[in-house]
This record gives sequence, C-alpha cells and structure tokens, in this order.
Amino acid sequence: MKFPIRFRFWVAQRSSAAISAPSLPALAAAGQRHGKSARRLFHAFILTAAVFLFMGAGDDTARFKDLGHRMMCTCGCGQVLLECNHVGCQSSEKMRNQLQAALDKGGSNSDDLILQGFVQEYGPTVIAAPTATGFNRVAWIMPFAALALGIAFVVYVVRSWKNRPEPALADGITIPRGSELDEFRRKARKETDL
Amino acid sequence: MSTIGSFALIAALALSGYCFLAGLLALFLSKHPASVAIGETARRAGIATFAAVLLAGIVLVVAAFNNDFSIAYIFHHSNRDLPAAYKFAVLWSGQEGSLLFWSLLLAGYGFVLRLRYKTDQRLFAYASVIIASVQVFFLLILNCAAYPFATMQGALPQDGAGLNPLLQYPEMVIHPPLLYLGYVGFTVPFAFALGALIMKYPGEKWIHITRRWTMVTWCFLTIGVFLGAHWAYAVLGWGGYWGWDPVENASLMPWLTGTAFLHSVMMQEKRGMLKVWNMSLIFATFLLSMLGTFLTRSGVISSVHAFAQSSIGAWFLVFIVLTLGVCTFFLVANRSYLKSEHKLESLVSRESSFLFNNLLLLVVCFTILWGTFFPILSEFVQGHKVTVGPPFFNRVAVPVALLLLLLTAVGPLLAWRKTSLESLKRNFLFPAVGSLAIGVMMIVFGVRPWEDPSFFYATMAAVLSALVIFTVISEFLRGGRVIAGKSHQNLLSAMIHLCHRNTRRYGGYIVHFGVALVVIGILGTPFNKEVEKEMSFGDKISICPYTLVCQSYTQDDNLNYANEWAIINVFRGGKQITTMYPERRFYKASGQPQTLPRIYPSFREDFFLVSDLYLVYEGRNETTGQPIIKAHVNPLVPWIWIGLIVMVFGTIVALVPNAAAVQIAATTPVRVPAHVGAGD
Repeated sequence: MKFPIRFRFWVAQRSSAAISAPSLPALAAAGQRHGKSARRLFHAFILTAAVFLFMGAGDDTARFKDLGHRMMCTCGCGQVLLECNHVGCQSSEKMRNQLQAALDKGGSNSDDLILQGFVQEYGPTVIAAPTATGFNRVAWIMPFAALALGIAFVVYVVRSWKNRPEPALADGITIPRGSELDEFRRKARKETDL
Repeated sequence: MSTIGSFALIAALALSGYCFLAGLLALFLSKHPASVAIGETARRAGIATFAAVLLAGIVLVVAAFNNDFSIAYIFHHSNRDLPAAYKFAVLWSGQEGSLLFWSLLLAGYGFVLRLRYKTDQRLFAYASVIIASVQVFFLLILNCAAYPFATMQGALPQDGAGLNPLLQYPEMVIHPPLLYLGYVGFTVPFAFALGALIMKYPGEKWIHITRRWTMVTWCFLTIGVFLGAHWAYAVLGWGGYWGWDPVENASLMPWLTGTAFLHSVMMQEKRGMLKVWNMSLIFATFLLSMLGTFLTRSGVISSVHAFAQSSIGAWFLVFIVLTLGVCTFFLVANRSYLKSEHKLESLVSRESSFLFNNLLLLVVCFTILWGTFFPILSEFVQGHKVTVGPPFFNRVAVPVALLLLLLTAVGPLLAWRKTSLESLKRNFLFPAVGSLAIGVMMIVFGVRPWEDPSFFYATMAAVLSALVIFTVISEFLRGGRVIAGKSHQNLLSAMIHLCHRNTRRYGGYIVHFGVALVVIGILGTPFNKEVEKEMSFGDKISICPYTLVCQSYTQDDNLNYANEWAIINVFRGGKQITTMYPERRFYKASGQPQTLPRIYPSFREDFFLVSDLYLVYEGRNETTGQPIIKAHVNPLVPWIWIGLIVMVFGTIVALVPNAAAVQIAATTPVRVPAHVGAGD
C-alpha cells in the first residue's frame, strides 16, 4: 500500500499536533477532553477514509484485474473488459494482451498512463466510469451533492415540523406530558412486557 | 387474421377514447342529471376496451402458433420449429408485441378497477378516466407508430427469422410479464392519487383502497427485476447477475421510488403527514416506469436490452412531459388539500426514520438516473460520450445502500412520535452485539477489510445484514414471548399468532429479512474466482475446493437448434459430487450461437457459506480446435434467490388481513391518551 509522501507528512503532522495539544494545563477542562477525543475520532476517520482512497493494487495480477475492470470491451457487448465472454472476441483479447504488455513494461507506466493509452486508441468510451477531470467530475459530485442537499432538506423539514404549533384539541382532552407521559409509558411496558 | 387484429385495435382505441372523453364529461357535469348515465357508459366502454385489446393479443398469439408469416411481426420473431412456450412469448419479444402486451395488462387492471367501482364511485370514476388516458396513449402508438399487424410485402416467406436465442429460456416466458405487471400496475395507485388530488378527496381512503394494489404491483416488479437478474446469470454466461445496464437501471428506479412510497405512505395513514411527498413519490414512480419504456425503445441510450431504434421514443417523451405538467399543476393548485395534520416530535422516531429511508432510497434512485443519463449530458456539453458503467455505480450507490441497510435495521426499533434512548438501547443491544460478532468472525476467518475497498464494503454489508436479521428475530421473539406468556402457547405458535395480528408489520419485517439475505448474496462478489482453460478429454481444472475433470464432449441436433455439451465431472475432497453439462447452442432460424452455463449450488456441502460452481462452455478455440471451459466460483449468490423468495413470502403475509382483535370485557374504565399512534 503506497501513500503519496505529502499525504504521509500531513497525517504525521496532524497526529503529533493532536497528541501535544492536551498538555497545556489551561486546556485540561472536561469539555476539552471531549474535544480531544472528538478530534482523535475525526483523525481516525480521515485516516480510514484515506486508506481506502489511496489504496492501490500492489502486484501486476491485481493491477491487471483492477485496470481490466476499469475498462469496457469495445466489441459492443456493453461489458467490462474482463467480463466479456465472447469466444474469439477480437476486441477483448487484443485489449487484454495490450494491457498485459503495458503492465509488463513496469517502471514509469502508471495506471493513469496505461488508461490514457487506451483512451487514445479506443476513445473516451473505453473507460468504464467517468474520470475525475473536467466536466466528468460533475458525474461524481452530483450524487453526493444530492445526498447532502437531501439531508439538509430533511433536517430543515424536521425542525420546521417540530416548531409547528400544536393542533387544536377538543374541549376536555389534554395530552399527557413529562412525568405523566412517562408514567403511561411505564404502565404500557409493564402490561406488554415490551 | 391480421384484419381481425387490426379491427380489434381500432375498436379498442375508439372505446378507450370514449371512456376517457365521456368519463371526463360526466365528471365535469357531475350535477347534471345525465352525468350518471354518461359515466356508466364510460365505465362500460372501459370494460369493453379490455375485451378488444384481449382479442388483439389473442390474434397475435394465434398467428404465432399458426406460423402466419404474412404478419411481419410474426416473421421477425418466430419460426416454425420454435417450441410452443416460446411462441406464446412472441407476444412480448418485440417492440410492437410488447406494447400490445403492455396495453393488454393496463386494460386488464382497468377492467378489475371498473368492476369494483362500487367501493367509491366518484373516486373510481376519476381513476378510470386517468387510466383511460394512459390507455389511449398506448393504443395510439399501437395504431399509428408500432403497428403489430403490419403485413409482409411480396412473396410469403416459408419460415420466420426466429426468436432471439437469448429469449429462448424458460424464465423469459415469465420474466417480462411479471416486470410489465409491475410497471403497468403502478398506473393504478398513480390514477387514484391523481384522482384524489384533483377532487380533493377527503381523508386517506385512497391510500387504503390502493394499498393492496401497490403491494401486489411492487411484488410483481420485485420478482420481475430479480428474475431478470437470474436470467442474466443463468443465460448470458459472464458469471454476474447485474451489469448496471441502462435497461436494468430503468427497472430498478421505479422499484426504489415504489419502495419509498410503500414506507412513507404509512406516515400519512398513521399520522396524516407527508401528503405532498407521497403524491410526488407515486407520480415519480409512474413517470419512471414510463421513462424505462422510453429508454428501451427510443434508442437514446445504447443497451444490450434495447429494442431497435424507432420513432416511438418521441411519443413517450411527449407523454412523460405532458403527465409531468398535469401532475405538477394539480400539486401546486391543490396544495392546501395536502397540509400535514400533525407535527414531528422527535428526531429519534419512526417518522424521521421513514424520512431518512425515503431520502436514501431517492438518492440511490437519483444516482442511477444520473448515471444512466450522464452519457447524453456529457455528449451535449463535451461533444463526446463517456461510459458510465459498473465502477461508477458500485462506488457511488453502494455506500448509500449500506446506509439504507443500517436504517432498515434501526427503523423498526423506533416508536412512532418519540423513542427514549433507554428503550432504543434495550432493543438494540442483542442485534448490535450479534452483528459485531459476525464482523469479528469475518476478520478471524481471513477477510481483511483494510486491504481492499471491496472487502471493506463486503464486511460492512455482512455486519449490517446481520444487524437487520437479528433485529427482525428479536422483534419476533419479544412479541412472541409476550403472547406466549399471556396465552400459554408455545413460542412458535405465539409468533405465528403475533404475525397474524399485525400482518403488515410482521410481513414487512419478513421482507426486511429477505432484503438482508439478498445483500448477503451480493456481498460475496469480491471473493469470486474464475479460471478459463482449453480442456481436452481427461484435462483438469482446479478452482477453490473443486477439481473439474473433462470426461467427454457430445453433440445433438433438433429442429430448432444444434448443440454441443461438455461433460464435466466435479470432485471435491477427492470425491465426485456431481456431473455438469455446460452447453453451447446454434439456433438455425436466426443463425445465432448461445451459451447455456450450468450452475451447481453447494448447499449439500456448505449450507450457510453456499457458493455456485458456474461452468460455461465458451466454444472452440479457432486455432487449436480445443473446447474452452470457463469455471467461476461465486460465493453466496444462491442467497440472493432465497432472499427473493423470502421477500415475496413477506409481501404475501403483509397482504393477508389481520386477525380480528380479541374482545376482552374491561372491568375498569381505561383512559386512552389522545393522539397515540398505533405501532406498525
């Protein structure tokens, strides 16, 4: 597993900062202990996310499998390159051989360079998913933007509903609250054993 | 023959046109004394439409059985030696026939609805008019743009071009009808919802009326989608079941919004909330069904499933835009009718879990819609298309789907209105500990979630599926124990009794259990193995615990196709466990080859960690002449199909009416607090 050097440095810096911060006596209050553990949790989360983001296939077999699943077969079957199962399919066999040859070169032939080579030869539709460049970034951003907007909308709806005035009740009916409601709940649980 | 069919189609169009116009007139002139009689003639015209469309469908099927190649559709999709079951399937195997089949199903739904009109005459009259308008649209296409009874020009051909080999598989006789029953069926709740909105129908009765329609439709769509996946698995021979093809996506989108509707509609029933939302969801579900049809038939998106490019895409586009306009207009104009009756009291409640469940289902749906249409958008903006294939959907939709699975586990534990943390902790402890134990076991047995994102997702999916399963089991056990304690039954009878007392709730839990099994089946994907090898007599392939030995090859020939089989003996632990016969066919009429994989699920050897041994006879190497066998071992896949059966069983349970409440004479008066929602 390889991380970019800049990223490793950043993680190291952030981790040491997180360790040294609580030594200041003025910041020893209980609230800040919560802050510290929250920050550690945050760092752990970032680190975990980074592990998965920057994780790369190590050996050539894994790289072959990985890259072969990031490209489409160009025979028109609409399948991922390594899943095209047409016997004698000229396209997939040729492409697999090209991919293996590119991997055998090793050295400076990075995954991106290999994919670029395929794009030049077969056109942009050979890549099975939009790249993270230019307008294609929109493809990746939109679903998460929709999720974020959706969450914001739901939170807004929930808050506005909570602040809505109570519906009017018929005379003589009161809604139990606080300890009275808890008493009802206790009785209900006792009677149903739930 | 074609004359009868043509006449039937024209008659159907005239009758459905009359049903629509006369029905509309009767609704407009509702205070006029003649409106009742006009409305009745409209209803009868709607019933007669079914008879006319049925006649057209029968004519097409009979023409296929009679090898009437004077009808171009029969020539293109059938041949003399096609087996009888597939001649029946000719009805939906091509563009024109499938539209006729769609129209027939819609007329059938309309027929049932119009017979049951006494339930609520006015609401049913609105729904009938809306269904008639959809019917008119399909019959217009059938008569003007996709005419199934067009005749061949010149000399009559002796034999037909044959049915697409991919469709010559038993599941193909049932998969399209079930999928269409699902697609078309959503027209009914859509019609009732729009009708209720237009007439400002008081209360939630339209939801009660359409509840069973919606659940049955959802069940059909679920079976249709899964049978499609199983067909892809059992026929296409690539070892997978879901390729994120645009047409597969098109079937999944209405399923997702329909699922969201089935959940959120409970909020309206129980608490009088989310009225605009529910309307919008059912409108979206219907429109997405139409969009799926548009995608398959317009040629705007390339897909292995798509019918030939034709002009009917424009018809669908106009219809979708028009329907969207009508729905939006009435949603805005009658928004005062859709005001919520209650407020939300807590974020930790069943209500908010439904909100988040809906949000996540819609985000998955949006992601699929976005990914499906992004190639068109990209071509418009950048001047060239990009491919949006499985890597995109897996990376974006899977994390959201996992969140949804978490909510499936937690949601049922939350009470309506407000849940105390104490009760949440109490109910959640056993499922949480159990599911974490599953995660630890996976790591102990060698799964390394930190080594690859797909392993991470698989572990998460296993933990969350276990959480759902343990939650469902704990809910059944808790409820069952209470009833067993009170009625002195054994626990199993008590749980059955419990289920019968609230079929909808416990049927829903069973569906959740099925969903968890489906997810377990899917999470095996990262652990798939495959080997491809040229195999001569006596050659061996070793894959996972299996050793495959090629015993022989054999050939056969019948009127429909010529075929070649490999005879492969399968050994495990030195003992022969089965013999498999992967096959390759060559269909004579169409001149197309087709592989037929063979699948061996290892239930006898390892029940819970069952895997499929999947063999494909890919054909012969052109240079060496040697047969090529590809072997896959796909762990856990059989759980997907078992999960489907459980989901269908759960839906059937939910459709059963509740047992009558036991009457107990109260000895002391009990004050019932107002506004306490019933559990569901």
